[in-house]
Amino acid sequence: MLRTFTEKLGRTTIRGIEELGYSLALLVESAYWLIFGFHRRQAVKLPSIFAQMMHIGIQALPIVTILAFAIGMMLAIQGIATLKTFGAESQVVLGIALSVTREFSPLIIGILVAGRSGSALAARIGTMQIAQEIDALRVIGISPVRYLVTPAMVAMLIMLPALTFFADLVALLGGGVYSSLELGMSLQAYADRTIEVLKVDDITQGLYKSLVFAVIITLVSFVNGFSVTAGAEGVGKATTRSVVLSITYIIIADMVFTFVLTH
Amino acid sequence: MTSQTDTQQRAAIEVEDLVTHYGSTKILDHVDMQVETGEIMVIMGGSGSGKSTLLRYMLGLHQATSGSIKLLGHDITKISAKEMDDLRKNMGVSFQGGALFNSMTVGENVCLPLREHTQLDENTMQIMSRMKLSVVNLGGFEDLMPAQLSGGMIKRAALARAIVMDPKLLFFDEPSAGLDPVAAAELDDLILRIRKALNTTIVVVTHDLDSTFRIADRITVLDKGNILMIGTVDEVRNSDNERIQSLLNREARHVEINADEYLKELTGQKSE
Repeated sequence: MLRTFTEKLGRTTIRGIEELGYSLALLVESAYWLIFGFHRRQAVKLPSIFAQMMHIGIQALPIVTILAFAIGMMLAIQGIATLKTFGAESQVVLGIALSVTREFSPLIIGILVAGRSGSALAARIGTMQIAQEIDALRVIGISPVRYLVTPAMVAMLIMLPALTFFADLVALLGGGVYSSLELGMSLQAYADRTIEVLKVDDITQGLYKSLVFAVIITLVSFVNGFSVTAGAEGVGKATTRSVVLSITYIIIADMVFTFVLTH
Repeated sequence: MTSQTDTQQRAAIEVEDLVTHYGSTKILDHVDMQVETGEIMVIMGGSGSGKSTLLRYMLGLHQATSGSIKLLGHDITKISAKEMDDLRKNMGVSFQGGALFNSMTVGENVCLPLREHTQLDENTMQIMSRMKLSVVNLGGFEDLMPAQLSGGMIKRAALARAIVMDPKLLFFDEPSAGLDPVAAAELDDLILRIRKALNTTIVVVTHDLDSTFRIADRITVLDKGNILMIGTVDEVRNSDNERIQSLLNREARHVEINADEYLKELTGQKSE
């Protein structure tokens, strides 16, 4: 019993270390292709990056709008209800502004993109792996990292901060709409007060986080996709695993990030 | 001496003393073989004989434990990644399931190697891909998606993609697997036609005997990671080797069971 447990723990640890090493290798290799691809006559193609940006960013706009607006409203509802006990309802603007830009927008966008695009990437790569399409790329002389990973990585690094900034604006609007209805404050006054309390740092803090989340989602999705071996079931498992791991790492990274930035 | 030098100059593929492992299990055990320029070499053997593994190593998809694999004179176990990229422009591969990219049309699939490796303009690439699709009798199918094709058509489209750069080396993994006899025979004819037209060196991994005897110049017979024999179709047919004969006559393998080993296997004690 103890031996089984130790063996399992050992295997899990080894797999974890292997995956970490593989992730770092993927990160370095995708950066290599981005910088030196042109010299190797294998430049990263812009249309591939744009296609990924469409999928990761533009097509996610409707759901991002709904989520961000709802979160802004939710923070306003909660904030006003809580602050009412101290008679400090007007401070809700500060609460919404800081929690949206520093915390909620990057976190919600990270989780949404991990679930929406990370899973799609893992499933796509896993299916390509079992259909020998990855081997086909390699024998044609196309690096799978250059062809698949780098465009997705660049697209994630551009679109996650962009979506996060967009979510900042929509969530603040959501908070503003509820606050103006509840507190009788005009939207203009809410906006002026938000601009007054928000510092550039508050927004950039959220954007930096989203950059880290972009790297996490891309690497976790590709590592799981590339490691698929066992048919359709393997693709399903890799997809689930990549979403669960991405979200876990995002939340842990967020916690560490917040701790470092607030100290 | 002269004849040896000639052989080396002629050989498009030279595998020398190749040893490979999967984890700790030895898969190929000191394999030596040569394929001459313009020759069709069929690698055959039963399941688990190592024939697909040998192909994957020839394609440079894995690093060998020891030994060398020379393609067109370049030892792929030693050359740089950039040299390998250049070498790959002279190689075409048709995978067992076709391995067409499902997100692209048939035409885009065939165009991909041209798009990645050449500076040709779009029209020229389209014309070249249509030409290759006509060669494999798929003219007019370029706008279809792979999911809309039959098994035989997928294999032929994959072949069109493999030959679009006019490669010097062409590899096939189980070309007739999953095809009806007519489609399999059509594919065999295509392989012969391509060799005749382009003098391509062709390596085919298969367990299909009919196909082997139809297309092979020489046959390499693998068994449990070892080469049993390399010879012409007649030499293999007339071989008195028991394993080869049972393979040709489709006889079931006689598995010898050692009682002690079997007991260890059942109780999970067998580790080596």
